[in-house]
Amino acid sequence: MSRSDRTAPAGAARAMPGLGLCLACALALAGSGFGGIARAETGVPGSAQADRLEACVAPTPFMRRRHFELIEHQRDETVRQGIRKTDHSLVGCVDCHVRKDSQGGYVPIDAPGEFCAACHQYVGAVLDCFDCHAALPTED
Amino acid sequence: MGEPTDQPEDRQRRAFLTGAMAGAGAAAAGAVASGVLLQSIAKAAPRDTPVSDQVRYGMLIDTSKCADGCSDCVAACDAENGLDQLRKPEGADDALWDMQRPRWIREVKIKNNSNGRVTTLPMMCQHCEHPPCVDVCPTGASFRRADGIVMVDPHTCIGCRYCMMACPYNARTFIHENVASQSTQTPRGKGVVESCNLCVHRRDQGEATTACQDACEHQAIVFGDLKDPDSAVSKALAKQPSVQIRADLKLNTGVRYTHV
Amino acid sequence: MSEIHYREWGIASPRYWGLLAVLSAFVVAGGCAALYMERQGHWVTGMNNQIVWGIPHVFAIFLIVAASGALNVASVSSVFRQGLYQPLARLSGLMAITLLVGGLVILVLDLGRPDRLTVALTTFNFKSVFAWNLFLYIGFIAIVAVYMFTLMERKAMAYAQGVGILAFVWRLALTTATGSIFGFLVARQAYAAALMAPLFIVMSFAYGLALYLLIMLFTFAADARPLGDAVLRRLKNLLGVFVAVLFYFTLVYQLTYLYSAEHLAFAAFVLRDGGLYTWLFWAGWLLLGMLVPMGILFHPARGMQRGAVILAAGLVLLGGLCALYVIVVGGQAFPLEMFPDHTIIASGYHDGVDGAARAYTPTLPEWLLGMGGFALALLCTLVGVRVLRFLPVALPDEDTRS
Repeated sequence: MSRSDRTAPAGAARAMPGLGLCLACALALAGSGFGGIARAETGVPGSAQADRLEACVAPTPFMRRRHFELIEHQRDETVRQGIRKTDHSLVGCVDCHVRKDSQGGYVPIDAPGEFCAACHQYVGAVLDCFDCHAALPTED
Repeated sequence: MGEPTDQPEDRQRRAFLTGAMAGAGAAAAGAVASGVLLQSIAKAAPRDTPVSDQVRYGMLIDTSKCADGCSDCVAACDAENGLDQLRKPEGADDALWDMQRPRWIREVKIKNNSNGRVTTLPMMCQHCEHPPCVDVCPTGASFRRADGIVMVDPHTCIGCRYCMMACPYNARTFIHENVASQSTQTPRGKGVVESCNLCVHRRDQGEATTACQDACEHQAIVFGDLKDPDSAVSKALAKQPSVQIRADLKLNTGVRYTHV
Repeated sequence: MSEIHYREWGIASPRYWGLLAVLSAFVVAGGCAALYMERQGHWVTGMNNQIVWGIPHVFAIFLIVAASGALNVASVSSVFRQGLYQPLARLSGLMAITLLVGGLVILVLDLGRPDRLTVALTTFNFKSVFAWNLFLYIGFIAIVAVYMFTLMERKAMAYAQGVGILAFVWRLALTTATGSIFGFLVARQAYAAALMAPLFIVMSFAYGLALYLLIMLFTFAADARPLGDAVLRRLKNLLGVFVAVLFYFTLVYQLTYLYSAEHLAFAAFVLRDGGLYTWLFWAGWLLLGMLVPMGILFHPARGMQRGAVILAAGLVLLGGLCALYVIVVGGQAFPLEMFPDHTIIASGYHDGVDGAARAYTPTLPEWLLGMGGFALALLCTLVGVRVLRFLPVALPDEDTRS
């Protein structure tokens, strides 16, 4: 699947922190932000489960534009009601879309160039799921 | 303790379980077997229906069995909930960090002022029916699930710490630092409040125990459904008098203690 | 009464910009501190899982309390129809807004997730006193802004009294709710008292007026605007009365705690055993914050000297910060009483072994954030009086006799 399609998920961009007070400092320090947990190596193309499947849990154009709605809906159901089915869960996204490097180890899905990060970076949408959630699948 | 109610759904489930056990010739195995069965049945299928108030999860802690100097439950909780993955930030003061690091369960030793009797017990979120932390939360992030688990929705928590001011048990902790690694079952990020959630991920996978209960080789912790009169915890509660901590606040806690 | 003329604050540009530069330096330092805390997490502060609110909250609550008190002068003029105070009402309203903004900025920047301000403003739990406060703060700013408009726009002046009464009632509600943030904490021996709300209201009267007096004296003197003795006498006597009422409430507050067995241990902690908190109570809150200022303000000879009034008002503010430190931080340092008739002899998590207080040492970023918010409030006030007509040209005695 090509990631260079112009797919702008409207509304995905989150409001920036309300730190207008110290905007100047923010600009000065922004460069020293999180380095992330990127490994030197990137994923091998075709190494994700998703690469071997015809479609995601919904048609690709829908997923490109509105995946966050599904994730957010499932998120609230999981937290508030304990529903843990994986069809729209973030865990499901990671498990299926994460790629392996040439040594066979998983590459974090939010690492530069990987599935989530590549597209979010392209459209300039904040990707903050993995500030708190594991960006690697559970090792069984 | 809370009044056990006999709900149709519970009866049905119990009938099913009893039948299954009788068939296996293990009727005498009681609570343990039902736990194992539940686990093996539900493990493959994560919960796909909303939790209901037909169940209220709770615990009974028999302090006479809790051993002085033992912290197995604390270590097990840290491992289960990823708290052991947190590292002291570089340059942080040791003593201060010890007050800032998160902890969901802790061991406390108390001495009776009149007779000098010493009691050791684990303290954690007491999972109140009327939790002060839920009342004060401005965004509703601190909430009580239908099955009685009091927990924080980290997506709407703004990190104001008012719930920590309100909790009578010092049970809540704030994540004071950036978190580099998380396990899938316990997401965690800087700047929000969290506390014991009775191993909620295990509940939703249909498992029967909590990590602290599994780790306690003295069997001081009994976990289960307070509304099911046949659950191990209900039976244990019926057998001996128990107390709520800060019973004066009338919070109807889900965690009870004996021999305090 | 002769017509009052208002004019923008006219001090020389270099002096004005110099003042702004100094205050801006504090604001920027506070902003950087907030950013540092946001990036690193709260481990860079002295706040911890036992003392969850620290110096930033002392400053923030002080400013919020003072904000509602700063509106006193306007309320007295509109609600109680005291013509003498009318020329001073505009500054009073301005300060009510700027102080509140300063306090709220501190609170927001201290959040664990300040980026979720939108969540706080869109998702409410209406059982939470905190959520009520949010509405009261925003409503206060809006109502006072409208009130200012009615005071400054001739065509709207007819509504000034009505809006003024609404603002007055609203500010009472606001301070009640601020006090109830603590008063409703049933679990803590230090709080859980209905008296917290009225205590906070009396505090707001005293601290708000003290801050108002200082700003008024400074802005008038710097711009060489005449200020008659009559106005000053009324205001400084009013401050004296407010401090006296605060003294009375402090007495009742401590006596209530001494009398009830439930709170006795906390009273003993504050009055005798609390170390720093005991010092701050006796020396800061009581002596410097109330007794000395009362002595100065009611002194027959010294009471009217401007330097003495400034000293007294400054001491009231200092005492206010000490009082809030004792209430906010001291109240958390005193360990939770979880096991009645028992002593905690060991704990895996700082439960107050043998009744020991929990430790808290504020760090530099916290101080900078607190002072930055204070500086922001002053900065907005000075910019306000510079660009709009908040200050009367003169308040000589003959003009103010109605």
